[in-house]
Amino acid sequence: MPKDHDGIGASTKRREDVRFLSGAGRYTDDINLRGQAYAYFLRSSVAHGNLTSIDTAEAEAMPGVVRIFTAKDFEGVGGLPCGWQVTDRFGQPMKEPGHPVLATGKVRHVGDPIAVVVAESLAEAKDAAEAIMVDIDELPAVIDMKAAVAGGAPLVHDDVENNLCYDWGFVEENREAVDAAIRGAHHVTTLELVNNRLVANPMEPRVAVGDYDRTTGEHTLYTTSQNPHVIRLLMGAFVLGIPEHKLRVVAPDVGGGFGTKIFHYAEEAFCTFAAKAVNRPVKWTCDRSEAFITDCHGRDHVTKIELALDAEGKFLALRTDTLANMGAYLSTFAPSVPTWLHGTLMAGNYTTPLVYVNVKAVFTNTVPVDAYRGAGRPEATFQLERVIDKAARELGIDPIELRRRNFIKPEQFPYQTPVAVVYDTGNYHATMDKLVEIADVAGFPARRAASEAKGKLRGLGIAHYIEACGIAPSQLVGQLGARAGLYESATVRVNATGSISVYTGSHSHGQGHETTFPQVVAEMLGIDATQVDIVHGDTSKIPMGMGTYGSRSIAVGGTAMVKATEKIIAKAKKIAAHLMEAAETDVELAGGQFSVKGTDKSIAWGDVCLAAYVPHNYPLESIEPGLEETAFYDPSNFTYPSGGYACEVEVDPDTGKVEILAFSAADDFGNVINPMIVSGQVHGGIAQGIGQALLEQAVYDENGQLLTGSYMDYAMPRADDVPMYAVDHSCVTPCTHNPLGVKGCGEAGAIGSPPAVVNAVVDALAARGVTHIDMPLTPARVWAAMNAAG
Amino acid sequence: MTPDPEAAGTVRVQMAVNGRPVNAEIPACTNLADFLRGELGLTGTHLGCEHGVCGACTLMVDGAAVRGCLMLAVQADGAEVTTVEGLDDPLGRALREAFVARNALQCGFCTPGMLATLREAIGAGLVPERAAVRAALSGNFCRCTGYEAIVDAALDVIGGRDAR
Repeated sequence: MPKDHDGIGASTKRREDVRFLSGAGRYTDDINLRGQAYAYFLRSSVAHGNLTSIDTAEAEAMPGVVRIFTAKDFEGVGGLPCGWQVTDRFGQPMKEPGHPVLATGKVRHVGDPIAVVVAESLAEAKDAAEAIMVDIDELPAVIDMKAAVAGGAPLVHDDVENNLCYDWGFVEENREAVDAAIRGAHHVTTLELVNNRLVANPMEPRVAVGDYDRTTGEHTLYTTSQNPHVIRLLMGAFVLGIPEHKLRVVAPDVGGGFGTKIFHYAEEAFCTFAAKAVNRPVKWTCDRSEAFITDCHGRDHVTKIELALDAEGKFLALRTDTLANMGAYLSTFAPSVPTWLHGTLMAGNYTTPLVYVNVKAVFTNTVPVDAYRGAGRPEATFQLERVIDKAARELGIDPIELRRRNFIKPEQFPYQTPVAVVYDTGNYHATMDKLVEIADVAGFPARRAASEAKGKLRGLGIAHYIEACGIAPSQLVGQLGARAGLYESATVRVNATGSISVYTGSHSHGQGHETTFPQVVAEMLGIDATQVDIVHGDTSKIPMGMGTYGSRSIAVGGTAMVKATEKIIAKAKKIAAHLMEAAETDVELAGGQFSVKGTDKSIAWGDVCLAAYVPHNYPLESIEPGLEETAFYDPSNFTYPSGGYACEVEVDPDTGKVEILAFSAADDFGNVINPMIVSGQVHGGIAQGIGQALLEQAVYDENGQLLTGSYMDYAMPRADDVPMYAVDHSCVTPCTHNPLGVKGCGEAGAIGSPPAVVNAVVDALAARGVTHIDMPLTPARVWAAMNAAG
Repeated sequence: MTPDPEAAGTVRVQMAVNGRPVNAEIPACTNLADFLRGELGLTGTHLGCEHGVCGACTLMVDGAAVRGCLMLAVQADGAEVTTVEGLDDPLGRALREAFVARNALQCGFCTPGMLATLREAIGAGLVPERAAVRAALSGNFCRCTGYEAIVDAALDVIGGRDAR
């Protein structure tokens, strides 16, 4: 009999923990193939320059060197493709300069790969790389985005005028109406802000191992990826020209991703290519310093936002003007982040009728910038929730009350926003009420007084977010420029004695799919979850799937699995009906037993499965033997998780140090499969959001050198930097367009928390005249703001 | 990932790893984490930064938690080394159970280092208070959990479940 606590809604403990806690995980760097050679990338130490010569002669004679590769070995090989084409406000396609596997003609950022040594050992590869003679005529670097597009700046790509990738307007038809509404408004609140550049920093650095089987012509790439099929498609079709049946991509245990392992990287293509070229496996392991200058960075927007309000505080119009950094090349999904993943969220939870978002995407001599946890949605939420807070202060309205006045009301769903998307469900008043309760907002004045009594400045910051998850309806995103479908797949293979293997296109790199996905199947069939296993991450095993990002696993991948399981149930009922000599329509499945309505006839799940594979007594004339079904699910809409976040801080007026005393999150994720795992996702997201708000920033100097290129310089949250989290996901408005009613929870914490933290600090310092401080709110910045304003 | 033996010069090391005697001739410049991973196949020790800041490679040498990336294998000559694969004593088992119960890991990459760090701290009398546990863990990055669940797991083991 099934155990009730294993199904949907149970905080089932994670089965993957067993191997991770005993050292038995299998991460990509744990893979060593017989005869493997080691790749070491010689990278540009300057941000911008013409490559005039590369002399490898001396290096080639060094001990252990197998072969040295430069761009000339990649003539005829495609560059790294971009997966999303944005159309600018004049109807023209974005500028899309090439992105070669190895730098060709020019280097464009520190870390741009120039040559690769493949050697018997990593030490020998490194030694030989030092002997490669590279001549670079250094060019002035362009780092600052405003300078890059101002005219007359050095060009990152000679054929991209003013370093401008695109000038995007949304909704372009609203441009003049928004301008007019802002001109005529009772009040306009204006804020200029920076969304600081971040480095995702999953704890596992990237790794690629290429292998080639001469006897079959089959390539295998083991890689630290969130989406092995995406890598297979991009690398096979666009870079190396390998047909998919000869290319297997495996992403085994992956030590965190946070977006930065979505993209197709040069090192993956290199190792795959080189394994054939040198006829032995080739392994590359990124070290942390290399990760800082090669992993795609995140965020990096500079924005001016204006919010027009009437005398009652109703939002009338919103206008934003953003510069978004693309870095030196267009990474896989980079163009979509500041546009379709950002502009479509600028209505937030509010009824603002008119919105206009302008985004200029800019090339600079920095590492490419692409999706990082939340991707575009944190940038949208940060602007919106900061400007609302500022407006509340300017108008003397309580910030919670101002939000409530403008919330979309529960009875207004489905709600057509002025920025294209339609929210299916939500109840923002409910999440705000829950937040006010769990954050004890009523008790704040007393707590503030207590802080003041001991000389500290206390602040309370509120934010309310919406995000679009469950990415994405393929036809819609196709119209918006996506060059990929964004469905998900699952095969449910029922074995002869009733156990089940689910082959999912989703990829788990910490999310716990191996635990949660079986909970869903077990619930549907009424069997024990331990009878269900998940297989993922290997293109030779799973159906073509799009992987995990954008909080899409349960909403899209989970739904594909549900659809496949529904097909299994439908077929199993036919078999059961035959075995029980009943009408199919009378057969019911509950608790792992098929029964005939109104009778005491029943047959166990396992017996039906066995009959499917041993079809002695079986309706072979009408159904095939076997019990295995595949479903591909393409969502009809995004999902829209939302929630209220509150942060309470104390600021030391002498040092500017911010201490977070309490953090609360009231999220509506729709239905929740495993509350324990959902809480863990929210915790981790909040920690990353606090990191962005208080600690983290990738800093380049004017020459394009990354000053924060190690863990000694790039500050990430440690255990004593973060508070306890009060998280609640009891406010549930189920998603209306997927069968589980789920919305996704992976990014919420990172989206809702930065504005909550900054609002709290500004609240603490408001009496001293501070209206804004750019992230990260380091003691130096806070102290300077306090003293400048005072 | 063996360094070039001729350039480095080799040395013989003997140590007990997870209770098993090990005797190997290795380049002198091999660090302990690379030795365990590369020579012994004990891939449970993970390298996150290779400059001693992230704590992922933390393991036990003669009962002390050390950074496997900062210690040469030859420095562990004659020592008793315990990696995550060998954490089978009562405290190691208790920590594992508490990590599962509290959902104190997600991707699992930092986890071996967390276990080693806590094992040393608890052995040294870590007091069951949140601030103390956070301080003890502050040399180990976790990018997934936001730390609270790890703190809870440690408190479960040292009996401070209700500590704030």
